[in-house]
Amino acid sequence: MAEVLVYVDHVDGAVRKPTLELLTLARRIGDPVAVHLGPGADEAAKTLGEYGAVKVLAAEAGEFADYLVVPKVDALQAAYDVVSPSAVLVPSSAEGKEIAARLAVRIGSGIITDAVDLEEGDEGPVATQSVFAAAFTTKSRVSKGTPVVTVKPNSTSPEAAPAAGAVEQLQVSFGEAATGTRIVSRTPRESTGRPELTEAAIVVSGGRGVNGAENFHIIEELADSLGAAVGASRAAVDAGWYPHSNQVGQTGKTVSPQLYVATGISGAIQHRAGMQTSKTIVAINKDAEAPIFDLVDYGIVGDLFEVVPKLTEEVKTRKG
Amino acid sequence: MSLRIVVCVKYVPDATGDRHFAEDLTTDRESVDGLLSELDEYAVEQALQISEESDDAEITVLTVGPEDAKDALRKALSMGADKAVHVEDDDLHGTDVLGTSAVLAKAIEKTGYDLVVCGMASTDGTMGVLPAILAERLGVPQVTLLSEVSVTDGKVNGRRDGDTATEQLEASLPALISVTDQSGEARYPSFKGIMAAKKKPVESLDLDDLDIEADEVGLGGAWTKVDDATARPPRTAGTVVKDEGEGGKQLAEYLAGQKFI
Repeated sequence: MAEVLVYVDHVDGAVRKPTLELLTLARRIGDPVAVHLGPGADEAAKTLGEYGAVKVLAAEAGEFADYLVVPKVDALQAAYDVVSPSAVLVPSSAEGKEIAARLAVRIGSGIITDAVDLEEGDEGPVATQSVFAAAFTTKSRVSKGTPVVTVKPNSTSPEAAPAAGAVEQLQVSFGEAATGTRIVSRTPRESTGRPELTEAAIVVSGGRGVNGAENFHIIEELADSLGAAVGASRAAVDAGWYPHSNQVGQTGKTVSPQLYVATGISGAIQHRAGMQTSKTIVAINKDAEAPIFDLVDYGIVGDLFEVVPKLTEEVKTRKG
Repeated sequence: MSLRIVVCVKYVPDATGDRHFAEDLTTDRESVDGLLSELDEYAVEQALQISEESDDAEITVLTVGPEDAKDALRKALSMGADKAVHVEDDDLHGTDVLGTSAVLAKAIEKTGYDLVVCGMASTDGTMGVLPAILAERLGVPQVTLLSEVSVTDGKVNGRRDGDTATEQLEASLPALISVTDQSGEARYPSFKGIMAAKKKPVESLDLDDLDIEADEVGLGGAWTKVDDATARPPRTAGTVVKDEGEGGKQLAEYLAGQKFI
């Protein structure tokens, strides 16, 4: 069976969930070969093998952490040269997309970004995408070269499928461009202890109606009672009430959780683009005419400062 | 020597309109009014700020697109860019990101540059990969997704807010940057700016001018193919109730019924 390269997104060897989803999708179209760059390959290989990686190509070099994007492109290209895969799958993070795109140029291949599903087709893998603020669903394929596809989080449920997952060292020589952009310093984002926004099963978001950074604790408390991630609309982020890393919408994150709870969010197109593929949507807004109510499975017209604390209390009681 | 800045912009269907696909499954540019992509306004703004901090800079705004795309160039010129380049050719219809980036790269090289500035993504295709591809094609450092940027002494410095960390980046010119919607509100064109823009030069180029063959671009030359586009079925109307004091409880009951609690 043809081999499919899967680029591993990890933190010091802890494999992030979207990579497991990629391995699951990769098995539909071939045998997954994982590419692990940076520290922790031996640790990661256990997980990667459990989810179907037939082998793990590993490389570690200072360049990966010291320079932006290009060293990783050089390494992924080295893996491509060794394996001659039938497709290359990369997680749709900001960096993942940039790595995939530069690889596509180098190997003369087409690229599809932000796939939400992937299947085998008569003329190669077929990617499903959600476009125009999720108003349309498209089916596309790469028609020239080896398909390079970036895949969004929550595109499928990771399924274990034990395979060898043996680590092999990947030889990488860095090109001149690799050291072009130096990472002078890096400040890791502080962990909130909550699930990652794009990976969470439940997301609770606050918007303009939250009316101040000092009120966001109401949203956080509801999120914590449900084990959810916290999101924010662009209005709330632009007002400085919540960090941009939590923004849901066209210029922020796209989320597709099992449950999306919109509080004090009117539901402008900008926001809908980031959340309307959620399975179940509920909203709390004092304006009965807010467009968010066109999307909801269940909506409460009311003051979020009244409704949300009572909801949080009720959730806690029911969970005991 | 003057700092030559090229800003790449895209003319897109208004994202607040009812966007569709044309029969050939390319983006329908007829049914919805077009405009300068909102995310590219941030690129124009940062180019203007870099130019204002520099002793001597010249900003060229560049687009690849149909006749109407001149509107996007006019907007950027009215904000304060100095001149414009419009690559327009019937054979470009249906060009994908790899083709568009090849055309842009040729046009940028022809124009001459020290710094290329892009937005973070277009509001229609939303791929967000063109800046990285363009840096690869031009062979210059990629300094992308910046929320802050400055150019001094032949170096570009910027802050990149990633998913897991914030990074400070540095590269030597010539370089390519992209800026996010966190980089600062774009200015509105002044009346004076709008009047001045009418007199600013707009150079038109076609594929021949850039030594690009027609079969390298367009729908036929694309590296990807859209086989199907289906409108997402509207969500079925849900239950909306007015809070009479029991809203929180009612919502909890609904969530419990759906097994979320």
